[in-house]
Amino acid sequence: MRRASYRKMTITMIIKLKNSPVITCFSCVGGKEERKGPLGDKLDFYDETDRFDKNTWEKAESEMQRRVFNHLLSKRDLKATDVDILIAGDLINQCTSSSYGLLSFDIPYFGIYGACSTAALGLALGGILCDGGYVKRAAVVTSSHFCSAERQFRFPLEYGSQRTPTSQHTATAAGAFFVESSGSGAYIDEVLFGITVDAGIADANNMGAAMAPAAVDTLVKYFRESGTGPESFDLIVTGDLGYEGHRIVTEMMLQLGYDMKNVYNDCGLMLYDRQKQDMHAGASGCGCSAFAMAASILPDIISGKYKNVLFLGSGALLSQASVLQGENIPGVVHLVKLSHREG
Amino acid sequence: MSVNKEKYGKYVEKTAKKSPILKNCVKAFLIGGLICVIGQALMQLYLYLDISKETSKALVSVTLIFITALLTGLGIFDDIAKHAGAGTLVPITGFANSVVSPALDNKSEGFVMGLGAKIFIIAGPVILYGTAASVLYGVIYYICKLFM
Repeated sequence: MRRASYRKMTITMIIKLKNSPVITCFSCVGGKEERKGPLGDKLDFYDETDRFDKNTWEKAESEMQRRVFNHLLSKRDLKATDVDILIAGDLINQCTSSSYGLLSFDIPYFGIYGACSTAALGLALGGILCDGGYVKRAAVVTSSHFCSAERQFRFPLEYGSQRTPTSQHTATAAGAFFVESSGSGAYIDEVLFGITVDAGIADANNMGAAMAPAAVDTLVKYFRESGTGPESFDLIVTGDLGYEGHRIVTEMMLQLGYDMKNVYNDCGLMLYDRQKQDMHAGASGCGCSAFAMAASILPDIISGKYKNVLFLGSGALLSQASVLQGENIPGVVHLVKLSHREG
Repeated sequence: MSVNKEKYGKYVEKTAKKSPILKNCVKAFLIGGLICVIGQALMQLYLYLDISKETSKALVSVTLIFITALLTGLGIFDDIAKHAGAGTLVPITGFANSVVSPALDNKSEGFVMGLGAKIFIIAGPVILYGTAASVLYGVIYYICKLFM
C-alpha cells in the first residue's frame, strides 16, 4: 500500500453536516434514448419525441425542468409555497433552461453552474442550507438535453459527422430532489467541494479523461482526511466520467493504493446499453447523474441495499469558445456522502 | 493535485479506445464509391434524355444536393454519415449537408439572425478560402500568361 505517498493534508476540507439533512423525495424525466436504456422503466415520465410539446430544444429542456419539479411537488402533495429555496442548474449559456423552466414557481431561486457536477453541487448546497437551519426544505433541480447541448457545444443536430469512441452522449434527462432538515430518506452526512484540476486534456471528445484526475484528487483527499478507503463504502459513484474516465480513475486510484474495483460505478455507464444504443463512452450532462441518482441509487440507499455511498459529481468546465481557442478542459468534482439509517 | 500533464496526456493517448480506422476506411470507400456510381448513373440518364453534356453535369450536382438536403431534413443523412464518414463528407453531399443542417438548426432563432446569419457556419471557411484561393490562382495565371 502506497497511500502515504500522496501529499500531506493540513486543512480540514470535509464539511460535516451534523443535523442530518435528508433527501426525502425525488423525481426524474427522460427522453427517447433514456427510456430505451436499462433505467428506462424507472423514469417518472418521458417523451418519445424529446420535444416535450415545445417548438425549440431549449424550451423543451426548460419544460422538462418545469414538469419534473411539478411532479416532485405532486409526489409529496406540496405547493410551491412549501419550498424555501430552489437550487437549479443546467448546461445552457447562463443557465436559462433552469431560470425559464422554473419561472412560474414563486420560490427564491439560486441558479448554479457546475457543468455536469451540478446535481452533486446542488445537493451539497441544499444539505448545507438545511443543516445550518437557514431553510427547512430546499428543492434541487438539474437538467440536460442532448439537442440543446449539441447545438451549443458541438455541431448542428443533422450534421453528418463521426464520433470518436471516447466521446459521450449528453443525456436528455432532468431530476428534482427535496433536501429537508428533517424526515426520512437518504441522509447527507458529509460534503467535500473539489478544486478545479487542469490535467492538460484539450479534446472535447474525451471529457472522461479531462475530469478523471479531478475525481482522483477529491476522492484521495476525502479518504485521507476521513481515514476511510473504498472498503468503507458499498458504492462509490461518479457523475459522468463514462467508460474512459471510469477506467482511468480505477487505474490511478490503484496506483495510489486504493482498490476500487468492487465498489466503483459511474452514472454515465448506467443510462444506456452502450453497444446496442451506440453510445460510445456513455452518458454525460447535468441530467445524467440526476437521473441515475433518482432512478436507482437513492432508492437503493433508502431501501438499505446500500448503507454508505459516495456520490461524486463530475464537471468538465469548457465552453465552445474555450475549445476553439485551444484551452485545456479543467475538471471539477464535488463529493457528497450519503447514508442509510434504520427506523 | 498536481498532474504531470505531459505524462498524463501520453497515458491517455496510449490507453484511450481508438477509432477503427481500417473499418472506417472500407466503409467510406464503399459508400463514397456508391455515391459516385449514383452520380454516374444520373449522368447517363440525363445524357439518354438528350440533355447536353454541360447541362447534365450541372444537373447531376443539383440532383445530389437535392437528395442530400431532403435526407438531412428527414433526419436520415446523419445516420448514414455516422457510418460513411469521409464517404459522404468528400462528395458534394458533405457540402450540401453542412449548409442544410445549420439552416435547420438555427431556424429557432429566426429567419434573419438565426438561419440567415448561421447558414454558412460550417461551410463558411470552404466558401471563403475556396474563393480566395481561386482569385489568387487567377492572378498567378494572368501573370504567367503575360510572359508566355
